This record gives sequence, C-alpha cells and structure tokens, in this order.
Amino acid sequence: MPAYYLEALTVTFGILLLVAEAFVPGKQKTWVGLAAIGFLLVVLAMTFIAIGPDKDPEAKAWTKFALWDLYKFDATAKFYKILALASAILVLILAIDYRAILSRYTGETNDENGTAEYYSLIVIATAAMMWMASAKNLAMLFVSLELLTITFYILVAFMKRNVGSLEAGVKYLILGALSTGFLVYGMAWTYGATQSLSFDAITIAASTDAPSAPMLFGVALMIIALGFKVGAAPMHFWIPDVYQGAPTPTTAFLSVGSKASGFVALMAVMAPYAASPHAHKLFSVLAILACITLVVGNFGAIPQNNFKRLLAYSSIANAGFLLLAVAANRDGATSLSSPQLVGFYLASYLIMTMAAFFVLSLIRVQTGSENIDALDGLSRRNPILAVAITVIMASLAGVPLTVGFIGKFFVFRAAMEAGMVVSVVIAAITAAAGFYYYFKILRAVWWNAPNDKAPLEIKSSSLFTLSLGLLTVAILVFGLWPQPIMNLIK
Amino acid sequence: MSSFLFLIPFVAAFAIIFGSPARLTARAAAVATFLLGLYAAATWSNSGMWSFTFSALTIPSIDMAFGFINGTSAVMVALAVTVLLAAVFSGQSPEGREKLYYASSLFIGAGAIGAFVSTDLFFFYAFHELALIPTFLMIGLLGRGNRKETAWKITIYLGVGSLVLLAGLVWLAREAGTYNILAMLEAKKAGTLAIEAGTQKSIAALLIVGFGILVSLFPFHSWAAPAYASAPAPTAMLHAGVLKKFGLYGLLQLAVPLLPEGMNAWLTPLLVLLLGNILWVGLVTISQKRLDSMLGHSSVMHMGYIFLALAAVVASNAAGKTNEFGIPAATVLMFAHGISIAMLFGLADRIEQRTKSLDFSDLGGLAKPAPLLAFLFGMAGMASLGLPGLANFSGEVMVFLAGFEGREASAPLGPVQIATILSLWGVVISAVYVLRGFRKTFQGPTVSATASVADLTLVEKIPAVLLAAALLIVGIYPRILLQLLS
Repeated sequence: MPAYYLEALTVTFGILLLVAEAFVPGKQKTWVGLAAIGFLLVVLAMTFIAIGPDKDPEAKAWTKFALWDLYKFDATAKFYKILALASAILVLILAIDYRAILSRYTGETNDENGTAEYYSLIVIATAAMMWMASAKNLAMLFVSLELLTITFYILVAFMKRNVGSLEAGVKYLILGALSTGFLVYGMAWTYGATQSLSFDAITIAASTDAPSAPMLFGVALMIIALGFKVGAAPMHFWIPDVYQGAPTPTTAFLSVGSKASGFVALMAVMAPYAASPHAHKLFSVLAILACITLVVGNFGAIPQNNFKRLLAYSSIANAGFLLLAVAANRDGATSLSSPQLVGFYLASYLIMTMAAFFVLSLIRVQTGSENIDALDGLSRRNPILAVAITVIMASLAGVPLTVGFIGKFFVFRAAMEAGMVVSVVIAAITAAAGFYYYFKILRAVWWNAPNDKAPLEIKSSSLFTLSLGLLTVAILVFGLWPQPIMNLIK
Repeated sequence: MSSFLFLIPFVAAFAIIFGSPARLTARAAAVATFLLGLYAAATWSNSGMWSFTFSALTIPSIDMAFGFINGTSAVMVALAVTVLLAAVFSGQSPEGREKLYYASSLFIGAGAIGAFVSTDLFFFYAFHELALIPTFLMIGLLGRGNRKETAWKITIYLGVGSLVLLAGLVWLAREAGTYNILAMLEAKKAGTLAIEAGTQKSIAALLIVGFGILVSLFPFHSWAAPAYASAPAPTAMLHAGVLKKFGLYGLLQLAVPLLPEGMNAWLTPLLVLLLGNILWVGLVTISQKRLDSMLGHSSVMHMGYIFLALAAVVASNAAGKTNEFGIPAATVLMFAHGISIAMLFGLADRIEQRTKSLDFSDLGGLAKPAPLLAFLFGMAGMASLGLPGLANFSGEVMVFLAGFEGREASAPLGPVQIATILSLWGVVISAVYVLRGFRKTFQGPTVSATASVADLTLVEKIPAVLLAAALLIVGIYPRILLQLLS
C-alpha cells in the first residue's frame, strides 16, 4: 500500500465525521469520538505496512503526479506519523471525557451538539501533521503547516461561550498569522536565492558555495516563524495565555502534536544547511534560542499557581531542550542524528505530558478547578492517583529510571559531544529549577492538608482510566528499557 | 540473579501501595532480602552466579547489568540488607500512614541495594536517585520539628549534588567510551584506558564535589544533621547508615582506580576538607544540646575517617605503591559506621517515643528504669568512638595504618601522615561527645520525663540486638569482611 493513502484516508474520514455531526443525535456523539479513535488505530496499524517510493518506484501514483518531489516516506517520516497518530488518539480519549465541559460552553443546552465537530477537527489536524512529516518541499511543508494551524485556530476558540477560550483564540490567531507571514516571507527569499522549493535543491545550493545573504535572511525568517510554532523564547508569549484559555484536550494537542510538527518543520528547514559553510553560525543561533527558552520556561514556571499554566511553561522549557538537541547536530557531531534524538525526546515528552494532561483534565472535570491547590491532600483522597502523579511529575522533572530522564540524558550527552559546554551548564541549572516547580505539585499532593476530606473517586470512563494507567506504566517501563522507542526511530 | 535482591523490596513496596498489608509485607520482604543478601555477599566470588545483564539500549550501549564489582560491593550489600531489616522493625508508623511509611523504607532499601549491585554507570546513578525521593517524602511528611523546611533543604542540596555528579559520570563514561564499570576497570588494568591528566583533574573535581555533597563532606555538610534530626527513625537509619555510603562507594570504585592522577591533584584540598569533617564538625558535635542533632553531627564527622582512607590510597597509588590497608579500612569502616549509626538512630527514636523529647535538659537517669536500652545505646556509642572489640575499632585502626603505609622511617611526614596525626584527635573528640551524651541521657538522677519509662519491648529488641550482633561479630572477627575483599 503506498504511504500517501494514510493521509488521504485520514482527511477523508475527518470530513465524514464532520458530516456525522449533522446526523447523529446529541447524546450519541460519543460514538463519533469512539469511531474516530478506532479509525486512527487502523491508520496507525497501516503505517507499519505502508511503503514509500523507494520500495515501490513503479507504482502509478508516484510517477503520474510527480509525488516523489513532494512526499517522502523514510523511517523518520514513519516515526513522526506514528507520534502524530498516538497523540491524536490520546487527545480524542481526553476529549470524550471532557465533552461535558465542551458542550457547556458551546450551545444553549447541554446536549453535546457540536462535540463531533471537535473530534473531526482533531482527525483533520492529524492528517496535517502526517503530511508535514513527509514534506520534501517548502510548499508542501507550508500547506500542511497551514492546515494544521487553521484547524488549531478553531480548536483553541472552540468553547465559544467561554471568554478565556475566545481570548486565547484571538491571541493565537493574531500571532499565528504573524508567524505565517514570517514563514512565507522566508520561503520567498529562499526561493529567490536558490530558484527551488525542494529541500534537495536547497541542500545543494547551500553546500556547494557559501550561502548568499538573501538565503541566510530567508532561513533566519523561517527560524523566527517556527520559533513561534514550537514556543521558543522570545517568541513564546502566546503560549501561557493560549494554553490556559484553550479547552484542555486542545492544549494537550497543541503541546504535544503541534510542537512535534513544529520541530519536524524546523529540522526539515535546517537540515539543508547542516553541511554548509555557515552551519556553525546557524546552529549557534538555535543554541542561543535554546538557552533563552530554557531560562524563560523553567524560571517562568516557578511562580505559577495554575496547573495548566505551569504545564504551559513546562512545554516552553521542553522546547528549550528540544532546540538544544537540534542545535547539537551541527556537523553530524553526535552519535544519534537529530531526528532520532528529537524523536526520542518527543516520544518521551508525549508519554509524560499526555499523562499530565489526563490528570489535569480529571481534576478539572471532578473538582472544577485547574489550580494546584485543587490537588491538596490528594494522597489521602486517592492514593493510587497520587502515586501516578508522583511518577508523572518525577518523569517531567527528569528523575532517573523514568523515560523523561533518558530523553534529557540523551540531549545532555549530544550537547556535550558537540562541545556546547555553556549550553549544557545552563540546561543543567534550569533542569534543577525544574525540580522545584514539578515537586511543587507533589508537595500539594502529599504535604498539604486536603480542603475536602471525602475520597476522590475517579468517575471517568474506563478507557480514560486505562489510558492514564498505561501511560504511567509506560513512563517506568521505557525508563528502564528505552530500546523499543529507539527501534521505532531507526 | 542478584537482581532479585533489589527486586524483593521493590516489588513489596508496590504491593503495599496496591493494598497488601503494610507492616507484614515489609517485614517479610526485609527478612527475605536479608537472607538472600547475606548469601549473595558470602558467595559473591563464585562469579557468574550473581551477575545478570539485560540490554536496555544498544546505541548508546546501556545495559542493566547487575553483579558485584568486587568485595566492597558484597560488603555494602551485606550492610544494606542488615540495616534494611533493622529499619523495618524500628520506629512506629503514625496512625493511617502505614503504606507510605513502610513502602518508603522498602524503596530506599531497594534503591541502595540496586546501586551497590549495578555494574553499569547509568543504573548505578539511577538507583541512588530512586532512593532519594522516598527520603524526601518521609522527611517532609512524617518528620519531626521543622520538617517541611528541612525536606526542601535536602531536596535542593542533594538535587544539586546529584546533577554535579551526573555531569562527572557522563564525562567519565564519555572518556572511557563505555558505561560498563567492569569494562572500565578492566581497561584501566590493561592500560588501554588513558585519560589525560587535565581531563582527569576536571572529572575528579566534579566527582569529589558531587559525591562529596551526598556524603556530607565539609563544607557541604550542613544538610545532614537537621535532616537526620527530623527524619523518621527508619529513614534516618537507612540514609545515614546505607544510602550516604553511596558517595564513598562511588569514589572508591570509580574515582580512585580510574582517575589516579586527577584525584592526586586534589589530594591536599581533600585532606583539608576531611580534617574539617573530623575536627571542625567534631567540635560542633560536642556543643550540641539535643541527642538527635548530636548523632547527626557525629555521623558527618565520621565520614572524615573514610575519606582519609581514600586519600591514603590515592597518595600510595600516586607514589606507585599499593596500599594494603586503604581499601579494607574504608570498606570495614563504612560497614561499621553504617551499623552503629543506624543502631544509635533507632534507639534514639525509642528514647524519644518514651520521653517525648531529645533535649539533653529533659533527659537524665534513663539507665535506671531502662537498663537494656542504656546498655545497647552505650554499646553502639562505644562502637562509634572506636572501642576495641567492636566493629569500628578494626576499621579505624586500619585507617591510621593506611595513613602510614609504605612510609620510610627516615622520610619527612607527607600531607597524608600529617592529616592522620591530626585526625587522631578526632578519637578524643568523639570520646568526649559520646560520653557526654551518654551521661546526660542515661546517668545522674532521673527527671520527671524519665522516671517511669519502660525498657525495650521484645519487638524493639529485635533490630537493636541484630545490629549489636553485627558490631560484635565484625569487631571480634573482622576477617569475616576482610576475606570478602581479598
């Protein structure tokens, strides 16, 4: 089966779900979400048997539409498709659990009308992420990134009767449009300098002779634009507000799926310059961005009292680590390539961040609050959930024997190999600050007296509880045995 | 196979979280670990039987490799399982917190054992970190006095120490090209591991500071006494007795053999710092007004002697000689100190439970109503000041012998010899504070709080007698440990 079927099927199904919104009665909308999960699982399975143009060059579609110029399907593309699908499935599980709050702020009545639309948008965004992982060309990259971003404008502002959600939507729209402007402008300069949009051609142009000033200007603009998408400081100002205002499943998707796509795009844009005479300077720019992002993210998180806002800053901080991983790859200095390194980090980040958002959503649905003090005394109200939160926060902080530690460990290692001593020192200091704010949550869970003495029963669906349990176990298992994730990336 | 050792407390801790009866599970697991641990330690030289490797990651190669690096690992495992057994029988869980109380003790024990049986740098480090988290939780949740502030203090202190250490270990692994400790040591022996002197010096500095913070090397020691004073009894016993030895163990197994030149470059500063432990902290110990903080400070002070043994080995290696006494001295003293300090913390907790205070001004005359408690406490105290016949004596004598090992009679005194002579004063200092503490607590007329206290009950005798037996056996027959090292 040719690989491009994956996206075509996904986007078609997304449109079908949108139609289902019109015909499925309100109380049955959960089935639409479950159908979406089932379908994405099928696509996930198909990813493993799909073949790219290198395996089957004679296939009609590849030659007929000149798709090979636009679309690649190598191990990295496959891995990022799996990542996109996995995060979308988890977000759908979150969204089904969150539907009561979604419908409270969308319609006049709590009839769950409109929730199927939400599920379908998630599926469409997934297709965009999958396309992006296969982009071989700036135009392809741009179109899929725009599909993703425009879908997210709706997903962020989805709770139209909630002022926070609308405010977040407007902020995201304005800054998203601004960054798109930067991106297109950068692409235009690149095209002008190289007469091509294809990454292969740009690679040749960048490495045969010293890149011209217009070319460097182009890539600088694209770095700024993608810095917005991944939440790199100083282009991070939208993140805390948008994350806090958006519905929690959207925030989770933004924080995992959208960030992963941003990094796919960033690596694709930077890769042609890895062998150019200016590589050192260009990648140093990323290293500087990484350091600023680490400082802003980690120190900004310290005073936060809102769990969701804390996760927003944590997402900025993690973007800093990821940028460091991309920057460490100059001159092929590391033993793991940067798509592998970033891929591993993103996989670990997906597991623990998704788990954290599951907890956040659970707390929001059951206590109505997203503040850290809603977790006060949880260890007495629900000890097993308290243990799960402990594992998740330990992993986010980077405590050994969790998957979060291994991700950070690889980044430190790669940065050391690349000789970026100053960046490593900054990263180590900020990681220590990370301990403080992640453990603040643990302090609330274990040390503070509960506001409400009654036991907190998890009223969520068994699918939700099972996913949270699996994610927590996965943190520990992959912390001891990371090989399965590594096998996927190779 | 030795992976079973840490798996027992690990699995038992999870069983407790998920509803298994806490006290019973913890005690059964500790007994099983104790028996298997002693067996593993006694038969460790039967190589292969206790080693186990599981590939966690191929590129970069990280294995979950378990086994004993050498006899020192076996002795440390024996220490860990003994103190773990004593710890789960000590202290008293607050009502309703049994799960946390017993599961944490088991996690600390599992982490410590895991670190001592890891032969891969990555897991060696990771297990120690695993043991720190329940330590913080226990102090913060179930501790005494100013527990929250103390818990934050040690979280930050030990967190920073661990990060410095991680930097040093990763650098070391990068220079060695492997994470496998056994492979590193073999390469060093075969002469294929050559790290240039400047790099050695930097790595050694990171390791000394990183491990040093964890071991409370002067001047990084200020976390230790308040932490032990507010920790619940099993946590204080396990941390002061076992987990803290991780730092010394790491220096002994990694820094001393792999970075001889780097360690030698820092020899004089290290000697000054360890004298800070012995003399400065020793004098501070004398002036303590509470029994628990006296014990906490004394545990910091005794670390100095073990550092002295390490320094003697470093100096001998640099001179191209082998120091016969150095490593046995450090190992025996780590064992002896671990047992005696665990016993002291365990008994101090029993005193507090009876008198509701550990302030010397509220204590006195306890020996009359509780003679057995007084005898056992006195025995542990005498052991820690180095009374012949108890375990610490053989360790301390060997430390002083190690200091003068290989010195020609006509040669002038070297820095190690000067430090050894100065540190002999530490014996006097510890005699002063141990005897003073004993007198203030157990002798003289009884006061209102101590007039009618009960002696140790049967369950309370178990851990104390177990540890006392270990002190006596090793004291009278130190060969039982030394033969493991040869």
